[in-house]
Order: sequence, then C-alpha cells, then structure tokens
Amino acid sequence: MAQTAQFCTFYLDKLLFGVELKGVQEVIRSLDMTKVPLAPGVVSGLINLRGQIVTAVDLRRRLELEPRPAGMRAMNVVVRSEDGAVSLLVDEIGDVVEVEETTFERPPETLRGTVRAMILGVHKLNDRLMHVLDIEKACQMTDVAEGTAAGH
Amino acid sequence: MSDSDIVQDFLVESYENLDRLDRELVGLEKNPQDRDALASVFRTIHTIKGTCGFLGFNKLEKVAHVGENLLTRLRDGQLTLNPELTTALLGMVDAVRQMLKEIQATGQDGQVDYPELRENLTRLSQVGAASAVKKAAAKESSAHAKVEPATLDKEIAPASSKDVALSPAPTSGKAVLTEAPKPAALEPFQEAVSGPPVETVPEHTEEPVAAKPDDVLAAQQTLESRPREAVAETIRVGVNVLDKLMTLVGELVLARNQLLQISGTVEDTGLQAVSQRMNLIATELQGEVMKTRMQPIGNIWSQFPRTVRDVALGFGKEVGIEMEGKETELDKTIIEAIKDPLTHLVRNSVDHGIELPDDRVKAGKDRAGRLILRAFHEGGQVNIEITDDGAGLNGDRIRKKAVERGVITAEQAVRMTEREIFNLIFLPGFSTAEKVTNVSGRGVGMDVVKTNVEKIGGTVDVQSTRGRGTTVRVKIPLTLAIIPALVVTCGGDRYAIPQVSLLELVRLEADEVGKGIELVHGAPVYRLRGRLLPLVYLNRELKLVADGHSAAGDGAVNIVVLQADERQFGLVVDQINDTEEIVVKPLRKQLKTVKTFAGSSIMGDGKVALILDVLGLAQRASVITETRDRALTEKAAEAAASGEEKQTFLLFAGPGDSRMAIPLSTLARLEEFPVAQVEMSGSQWVTQYRGQILPLVRLNVVLEERRNKLRALQAPPTADSGPIQVLVLNHDGRSFGLVVERILDIVEDRADVRSAATRAAVLYSVVIGDRVTEMLDIPAILRGADVSAARPGLGPRSAEVAN
Repeated sequence: MAQTAQFCTFYLDKLLFGVELKGVQEVIRSLDMTKVPLAPGVVSGLINLRGQIVTAVDLRRRLELEPRPAGMRAMNVVVRSEDGAVSLLVDEIGDVVEVEETTFERPPETLRGTVRAMILGVHKLNDRLMHVLDIEKACQMTDVAEGTAAGH
Repeated sequence: MSDSDIVQDFLVESYENLDRLDRELVGLEKNPQDRDALASVFRTIHTIKGTCGFLGFNKLEKVAHVGENLLTRLRDGQLTLNPELTTALLGMVDAVRQMLKEIQATGQDGQVDYPELRENLTRLSQVGAASAVKKAAAKESSAHAKVEPATLDKEIAPASSKDVALSPAPTSGKAVLTEAPKPAALEPFQEAVSGPPVETVPEHTEEPVAAKPDDVLAAQQTLESRPREAVAETIRVGVNVLDKLMTLVGELVLARNQLLQISGTVEDTGLQAVSQRMNLIATELQGEVMKTRMQPIGNIWSQFPRTVRDVALGFGKEVGIEMEGKETELDKTIIEAIKDPLTHLVRNSVDHGIELPDDRVKAGKDRAGRLILRAFHEGGQVNIEITDDGAGLNGDRIRKKAVERGVITAEQAVRMTEREIFNLIFLPGFSTAEKVTNVSGRGVGMDVVKTNVEKIGGTVDVQSTRGRGTTVRVKIPLTLAIIPALVVTCGGDRYAIPQVSLLELVRLEADEVGKGIELVHGAPVYRLRGRLLPLVYLNRELKLVADGHSAAGDGAVNIVVLQADERQFGLVVDQINDTEEIVVKPLRKQLKTVKTFAGSSIMGDGKVALILDVLGLAQRASVITETRDRALTEKAAEAAASGEEKQTFLLFAGPGDSRMAIPLSTLARLEEFPVAQVEMSGSQWVTQYRGQILPLVRLNVVLEERRNKLRALQAPPTADSGPIQVLVLNHDGRSFGLVVERILDIVEDRADVRSAATRAAVLYSVVIGDRVTEMLDIPAILRGADVSAARPGLGPRSAEVAN
C-alpha cells in the first residue's frame, strides 16, 4: 500500500491548492483586520484570533496572481509555521483530500520565478491538478520588499 | 515518562546545579572552611554522577567521578581549597557543562573524555590522600582497616589538615601511596555518607581543628533548616504555560471590559454585582499571573562572581564583588534581554576599570578592587548600577580619540561637558582601551550594550571620577508585557504610543494652525515655548495619504510631543483617544522589517492596534540621523537659537582650586602638554606649538603674591609632574598659552549676578551654575606677563593691588 497524505484544499483564482492537513490549525471566515502601514504588500494585516495576534498573508499577492475581485470576502486558513500561526487568505475552501504519493510530480521546469520556490509540486487528481504549497516559504517574507499602503 | 523526558529533566536540573556550583565554588575559595557549602557542592556533583551512571553517560560519569574524589578529600578536611584546586574544579564544571550540551544536541555524551582534566584532578586529590595516609599510617600502623568509619574520619581529618600545611606530599612513592589501604577503607564510609549527606555532615563539624564552636553551631542550624528549604513549595512550570496563561488573562481582561460596558447600560443590579466581582477577580488574577513572570535579578547576577573571578585571574587582578538588591524583581523577558549587556559591563569594569594590584597600592587604594552591583526600583523603573573603584574614565583621552576618529569635531569636543564626553564610549566603534584584550577593547560592545538596553525601552548612562571609579547606570522598565500607552487615531486606525517616550500633548485649534505651524524650507515646525519643534505627520510617514497637512475634521491639529534619543519632535495625529494599559505582543517575523512598529496589542473592543516604535519612526522621518551626532550638537544649537542673553564660558580650576572662567569665544584651543615639552626662554616658559613658539603664562604665578612671585616665576617646570593643561588664547593677533590647574566644564549661563573683583587679573566675580566664579581679565594677564618678563614681579596690575 502506497503512502497517503491528507491535504486541506482551497481555491485561488480558480486554481486548486493544498496544504498538508497536519500543518493547518483551523479554517475561519473573514475576521476584522488591522492593516499594517509600510508592511510588505502581501501582508493584509493583523487579526485577533482569540487573543493571539496573527499575521494575515494575501496568498493571491504572494503567488503573484490577479488581485481578489472587489466584494469577495476572503477565508482564513490558519497554518502553523516555524514562527507561529499565520493566516493565509484564500478565495474559497475545498474538501480535505487524501492522496497517494504516486500521484505527486515536481513542478515543470517551465515554472519559474519566486513562485516556483513556494510550490513543491502537484498531485494529479482525477479531474484536476492540486498545487502543493510550501507553508514555510509562503510565510517567509525575506524576498518581499517594503510595500506601499498595504491593503489598498 | 519516556527516556528522552528523563534525559531532558536531567539536563534542566543539571544546568541549574552547575550554575549553583560556579557560585558556591567561588564562595568557597574565599571561605574554605564553609563545610556547609562544601557539602552542598559535593552533593551536587554526586547527584550528577549518579544520574549519569543510571542514564549510561559513561564519559560524563568518569569526569564527575574524579571531581567527586577530589571533593571527598576536601570535605573530609584532608585538603584545603586553594585557587589551584578551585580552578581545577571549575574546569570540571565547564567540562560537565560542555558534555551536557553535547547530550542535548546529540543525545550522546560526546567523544572527548577530558583525560588531562581527569589526570589533573586525580593528581590534586592524591596530594591529599598521600599525606593523609602517611600520617595515619604513622600513627595507627595497621589498625585503621578495622576502625569504625566515623572514628577513622575523626582521626584523619585533624591530622591531615595539619600535615598538608606543614609538608607538601612527597612526590616520590606516590604510586605506592595511591594504592595504600586507606582510601579503600574509606570507601564504604563514603557510600554511607553519600546516601543522605545532610544528616551525616554535622558529625564532621564536631572536629575541633578549624571550625570555631560558633561556626559549628551556625552550620548545624543551617543544615537543620535546609531540608525544609529544599522541599519548599515550588514546582517547575514550563515558560510556554506561563505565556499561555498570560495570553488568556489578557483575553479575560478584554472580556471583562466588554462585560462592564454592557452591564453599565443594563438596569440589573444582579448583573452589575456579578460584573463588579468579576472585575475585581480579573484584576487580581492579572496581578498574580504577572508575578509568575517576575524573577529576581539575582538569578543573572549569580553567575557574575564566576565571571569576575575568571576575568580578574586572567589579568592578574584582585576583585571583590558586592551585590545589593539581589531580590529586585523584573519581568522574565527583560531579565533575558539585559543578561548579555550586564555581563559585558561587568567584564568591562574588571578589564578596564579596576587597575592592577600594584597600581592600586600606588594610588593608595586596597590591592583588591571592588565591584558593586546595585539594583533598586524607582518610579516604575528598575535601576541597575555597576560601580567599580578603579581608575575612572579619562575624559581627555576620550575627547582626543573621538576627534581622531572623526566621531565629533574638534569644536564640538571643546564644547562638550565631561558627562557628554563620557557617554561617547557608547558610540559604535569607540574604544579607548590601549590594549585590545580578548575581553574588551575591540570597540564592539558598549554600543551593543546601549542598543540592547534601548531596545527594551531602557537607558544607559555613565559617570566617572578620575582615579576614583566609574558607575554605569542602566534604567529599564519593570515589564515589557503590559505598558501604559497613549492611544491615537490616524487614517481610521488606532496606534499606541508607549508612555515612556511621551512628553506632552499640544492641540492647535483651527484658527491657530495657520500661524502656529511654520515652514523651514518646506519642513513644518512648531514654536514650542520659543523653540522650534520639528513636526512629523503620522499619516504621511505611514503613507496612509499622499499629502496630509491638517488632519482632524474640525481643522484642529493634535501634536504629540515625543522624545527619541535626546531629540524631541512633534507627531501630528488625527485624534488623541486615551491612555491605556496595553498588553504588548511582539510582531511576527513577516513584519520584523517594519521598523516603525514595536509590536501590537489587542484593544478593548477586540481589534488589533499597532504600537509605534518612536525611535524607528524618528529615524524614518530623519528626525534623528544614524550617527546621533545631531543630538550631541543640539545643545550648542539650542543655545544659539534661544537668544543672545546667554553666554558660553569655559570653567577651569585656578590655583588653590578656585573656580575661574573665560568666555568661550576668547578660546582658540584646549591643549595638554607633557612637562618635557616645556622649555625655558630666559625666565619665560615656552613650548613649540604648530611651528611657533608659544609663550606659556602660568596662572598660579600671575595670581601669586608679589613677594613670592619672582621665585615662582623663575622656577623651571618640575620634571615629574603630570602634563600641563593649557588654554590657547588669541589676543591682539598673538597666541599665548595660559597654564591652569584643571579644565572643569563648558557651561552656558546668563552670568548676570556680578560683584567686584577681589584680586588682580580678575575682571569681576560672577555666579555661574550657582557658584561664584572669577572671570579672568585676559588683557591684564597679558600685560602682567609681558612686563614681568622684563621686570619680574612688577607688572602694573600686580603693583596696583599688592597693597
């Protein structure tokens, strides 16, 4: 029997992404957010998660996708990173899927740039591809310069 | 409990024990007769050894074993602790610590089993064993194998301590002696002792040799009280549990605030009573949980005796350390943050501050230097002072070095007060140590100390008296977890400003804004009591709006006057809300690059607010530049800006320590010449200075009474006196040097309280800095000096007042 892993899936600009379920703390609806001026643009703000202050990262911006359409309320996928909890802002939450290792494939050489570092590879599901996100890389901001007027 | 849990517990406990060992060994070195402490040291090592054997760390066990052997001899009085033994034992403690680290990292006790260290320890313990056996053998011949252990010990201990003192162990025949039956005979006894050593030790203290009856009594009393102490009601709690508790209490406080708001609007006495009680309980709970995070500063000080001992020994110095206020409590996070800065300051004091024993004796001080650590609470802050009675800082050398390094200009150097000069040592890349040592003098350190202390909202200041010593004072807040802050609104969001940086609040109504805020080439300023306060618009700095002048809806301007690194500036915000106690939460790594914010906090309504980092904000807005040099020149600039009525004077000591002054404007430079550079031209003192011959006028001679003047004038400089302090003055296009006793300070004063002169060469007496000071009449001095060269002692001025 091949090894299996469980993934929490979500959508970003119609693409299916997944993070390993064991790295996910919780999934919550959008919360009041305090914006952080001068912060990197990918940081949407800070949220109060039951007394814990958590940084919210706009995954669309982080993965260099189109900005979220106005009026669409983001969902929070709170993941545990090395530096504590981080909330990833996504469009929509999908199912929890169980995949076998055999369906995994490294990203093609043609995927380039900063995004490549954050995508470990894809799992070939029956109907589509699920991008596997590297949580640590996605939460690291070392490669992001200071932004202007975050959240605008 | 799994094996790794056991190992973890063992590590935690052993680290603590080792720290205590450091302390106790250094204490023992001073007071080798303290059997109580010796017993404790022995017990600690024995415990480590025992646990190692149990957990299978054989190398560690071996090292601990030889240490234990040596300690056994010490404990039984066969050896007396001396520096050599202490060093060996401390070496063992270090080795054990090293191996524990290895275990922590790899789970194994490493490859090294310290053969040299073990040999050394064995050799040292055999010295004791050998002489003890020799004595015992001579006295009791073969009987001792059958003697009861307790008796044996009684017999040997007094004999051996005498023996060691009289004759060093014979080096020959050592091999034979180590196999002598005596240690073997003691073996069962050792086993018996090491079980519950607390009860057994008092028997030993009955020895009449060294311990006086009082000591024995005291030792017994401490021992009796110790078991109770040891089982004092404490348990070990993980720091993460405390942090979690703190978070929950923070939440509870927020929920309480909301509840109080609601109960205020509802007409229900029952609800109100309950929410009142809940209010009280929550407040008390908050206080208690805060207490769990408090630790006495003694926890970090306890390692300093060892540090001081090692550093002092390395330089051949003798230093005693004294501590006051060990029990002063500080938040755990602050304790951690100041540990390194304090260690550096302590090492620095021993390395640079305290002189070598011989130099100290020459200076009329005790051979051993004193290092005093003092901690106390004051005004919601904790003060920590590190005082040494060493050589003190050399203001002139720092001044010179600072100019050489381009840290300050020569002009600034002249204007700076002694205290400002001393504080230059905290600038980056500044070290006046003549020798670079492995401890300090590399020019890194003092600036890091300052940066680290400022990072937690503290300040550092240094005071020093030449030849008497130096005091470094560190002021830090009690806690970082909860701080009072001013909450302001800007661009619709709230920001908290730590109260420590807050000076005052200014509100300009709409009709005052126009003339209140002025522009200096585009940079907005506000006249605050006659001084220009640079204004920083928070919404612009945070890039919340493209341009924002006035902020509040009604056209009024709210200015928060802040202090950052000795610079003041006004922060313009939309609205000033209230002051609040806020719970500080650090920013995550993703936001660490944003220097404008010091942290975040949850407000009463559950929303998150950012805490402004005033220093970071000031740097961003270029209120302060990185080199801090503007802060240093600020005082001079202030003087210029604040009006003409004040003048700057150079204060110096004249003959007989009288306080004298000249206007700074008449001064060209301050110089220091070694006496060897002074030459005689006729009866006139001169020196070569910048390609000229600079005549030197000695103030003490000018002011001398006429009958002594001639002799004094013609006296050549005394070769062995220290360098002379010279004010280089320009008068009528000619330079001359005025030799004074000592430069005191440069001050600014109105100097408007005057009275007539009482002696020659003085214009008038004046009150400067609340003290009477004589203002010198430079032309008169020159005339006196000039004429005196031709007609000694009969200058016009001196003749005039001689009667």
